[in-house]
Amino acid sequence: MTFEYAPALESRAIVSIAPSYGLFINGEFVDPTSGKMFKTINPATEEVLAEISEANQSDVNAAVNSARRAYDRIWSVMSGRDRAKYLFRIARLLQERAREFAVLETLDNGKPIRESRDIDVPLAAAHFFYYAGWADKLEYAGLGPNPAPLGVAGQIIPWNFPLLMLAWKLAPALACGNTVVLKPAETTSLTALLFAEICQQADLPPGVVNILTGAGDTGRMIVEHDGINKIAFTGSTEVGKSIQRALAGTNKKLTLELGGKAANIIFDDAPIDQAVEGIVDGIFFNQGHVCCAGSRLLLQESIAEETIAALKLRLQTLRLGDPLDKNTDIGAINSREQLDKIEELIKAGDAEGAERWTAPCEIPQQGWWCAPTIFTNVTQAHRIAREEIFGPVLSVLTFRTPDEAVEKANKTPFGLSAGIWSEKGSRILWMAKQLRAGVIWANTFNRFDPTSPFGGYKESGFGREGGIQGLSAYLQHANASDDQARGTS
Amino acid sequence: MQTVAEPLTTTGALREFLHALPGVDEVGATDRAAALSTRSIKNEAKAWAIDLAIRMVDLTTLEGMDTPGKVRAMCAKALRPDPTDPTVPSVAAVCVYGDMAAIARASVGSALHVAAVATAFPSGRASLEVKLHDVRDAVAAGADEIDMVIDRGAFLAGNYGLVNEQIVAVKAACGTAHLKVILETGELRTLDNVRRASWLAMMAGADFIKTSTGKVPVAATPPVTIVMLQAVRDYYALTGTRIGVKPAGGIRTSKDAIKYLVLIKETAGEAWLTPDLFRFGASTLLNDLLLQRQRMATGHYSGPDYVTID
Repeated sequence: MTFEYAPALESRAIVSIAPSYGLFINGEFVDPTSGKMFKTINPATEEVLAEISEANQSDVNAAVNSARRAYDRIWSVMSGRDRAKYLFRIARLLQERAREFAVLETLDNGKPIRESRDIDVPLAAAHFFYYAGWADKLEYAGLGPNPAPLGVAGQIIPWNFPLLMLAWKLAPALACGNTVVLKPAETTSLTALLFAEICQQADLPPGVVNILTGAGDTGRMIVEHDGINKIAFTGSTEVGKSIQRALAGTNKKLTLELGGKAANIIFDDAPIDQAVEGIVDGIFFNQGHVCCAGSRLLLQESIAEETIAALKLRLQTLRLGDPLDKNTDIGAINSREQLDKIEELIKAGDAEGAERWTAPCEIPQQGWWCAPTIFTNVTQAHRIAREEIFGPVLSVLTFRTPDEAVEKANKTPFGLSAGIWSEKGSRILWMAKQLRAGVIWANTFNRFDPTSPFGGYKESGFGREGGIQGLSAYLQHANASDDQARGTS
Repeated sequence: MQTVAEPLTTTGALREFLHALPGVDEVGATDRAAALSTRSIKNEAKAWAIDLAIRMVDLTTLEGMDTPGKVRAMCAKALRPDPTDPTVPSVAAVCVYGDMAAIARASVGSALHVAAVATAFPSGRASLEVKLHDVRDAVAAGADEIDMVIDRGAFLAGNYGLVNEQIVAVKAACGTAHLKVILETGELRTLDNVRRASWLAMMAGADFIKTSTGKVPVAATPPVTIVMLQAVRDYYALTGTRIGVKPAGGIRTSKDAIKYLVLIKETAGEAWLTPDLFRFGASTLLNDLLLQRQRMATGHYSGPDYVTID
């Protein structure tokens, strides 16, 4: 007999989902003026979870006006110490209701409960704690004297880490004294709406945080609104470019966190067993829906064969299935649309002659799924080596020398992250200097911490989130023009 | 992975081989162990795991105060862990000092394995002749498993040839008895050393590699066990021979034991989920396994008064 893990389901009873949700404007839930609603779906079951409001232009106007009023009258004139009090309160409430947020995130997004419980929600709370600490110390952040908030920030976040991206955006903006109009992705609005309840529970002054749900049109209205001082966007490079075009010639400030095609580079002196874990964390964490995913594996040729064999063995232990099961490693793909995109690129990999291997997983009948897939014999010219797949698909390339590894790693329009695996410290430092990527991990991958800045080079965007650097994006300060010149603000 | 072309016996050849093994990143190995410890084992999976864990126990008493009476009582418990429930399986073996091996053998007959610690356990600080005599004595007294300790001093000094020579000699002295080689990982300290010592022991003829004597402050830990499971997995890939693993010391609860079973399943593979290839060296673990088993059968905890103390 074999050791089969019995189902270990997290109870969904802890969270109550309303049949429909309004827009969160000026501290209250209001019906959308359009009267239009859309459905949000559990990607693991295709069950409709709730109806979500679609914000139109007059809703956007109302939200921006409410944010402006709150900015002028309350938030920008409040002492940093008092702003911190609210942020600490939000952080604690997130911790108290962590289980509720984790279950809701898993239901709406499809990610395994193990990840939403152990990573998304605790990190979201940690970001609020971290930036709460800065709220009364902004003058000491090294950004020059009297740093001042920008005003009303429009923030547009993606569907891969809905609550965590909300925290990355809101915490520094609020700590610096800005007010916010935030739009979650249309497929994953529920945790943002539950967060609106946290704002009410924390007695956050009305208008400081406004949450508008909707799709691309709503996002565009926020971007183009005259009352907005700053746009922060995380999402695809394509949309990022269109936002930058729309903002050209305005004095709105902009930070973009876009796509990636990160190289995860394994040298022959790497700790191979841990490197295999790093490859798995790099590309199969969150079904590969990670902008900094290690989607290009660069293996030194002398260890390529054994590493791929070890990786395949390891992938056979990954458990794909019900995201609410505590033993699930790989959850559902967030939307039909995303699954189509992934499958299209897998077909392209086949057609261009790469060799495909798929982990033996039983795919559930309902919902959207993609088994972990690796492509070997991939060349730099293949689409799967150049384009962001945003799914559990790994492209394996090889190299012979450190120089060749650097060249291949950098040969991409992106530059968000990279990983280096070697037991040789001097090589790690040398590589880190050569790689054009905003985040470089050594002997680990996909590690996040609120104290550490995150952001990209080239088409992966500009501006940093997290750490002291994350404050810079939400303040007018003496060093701001330098940052602009360097392309880092 | 390298190939084992010819017997590696000299310090120089062993050094070349062992130091060419891939390094172990301590942070990564610890993270992996922590991640696997979040597996949630429930219901029928838990019941199955508890019975397997009972069958994997080397029920152990290694005290200066051991007496024939104590050893006989422990053997009775090993044969029939829960006198109120005949469906509870026996443990794998009893583990005693060499001078108690005859009493243990007389008590368990041929129903269980008798393991004896030998080779100047736990320090191993004696001449090879004394160590071999210790082994022969225990085998003559009826032990069919010998738990030897490596010379950690020699290993840490880089004298791999000496460590190898002693294991080979002990293996020969064992005759048909199975040899478990205790690495005493709490003294080797680094996971790189654990990996090297595992390979050294396997190549010298170990049937099992075992973490600890239980006599130093740090005994079996999940990261150490992962590294040893990786070693036996890789050794099997290279040679086709499966070597067993025995974590010993510090595993006291059913929850801990089940975590180790998860480590086996997801590191070495299902083939190691048998008492022939995995053992728990433990004295108090068995009682917690019995309490959990009773709870699963009856739906409530009976409490420590309902298991024997032997």
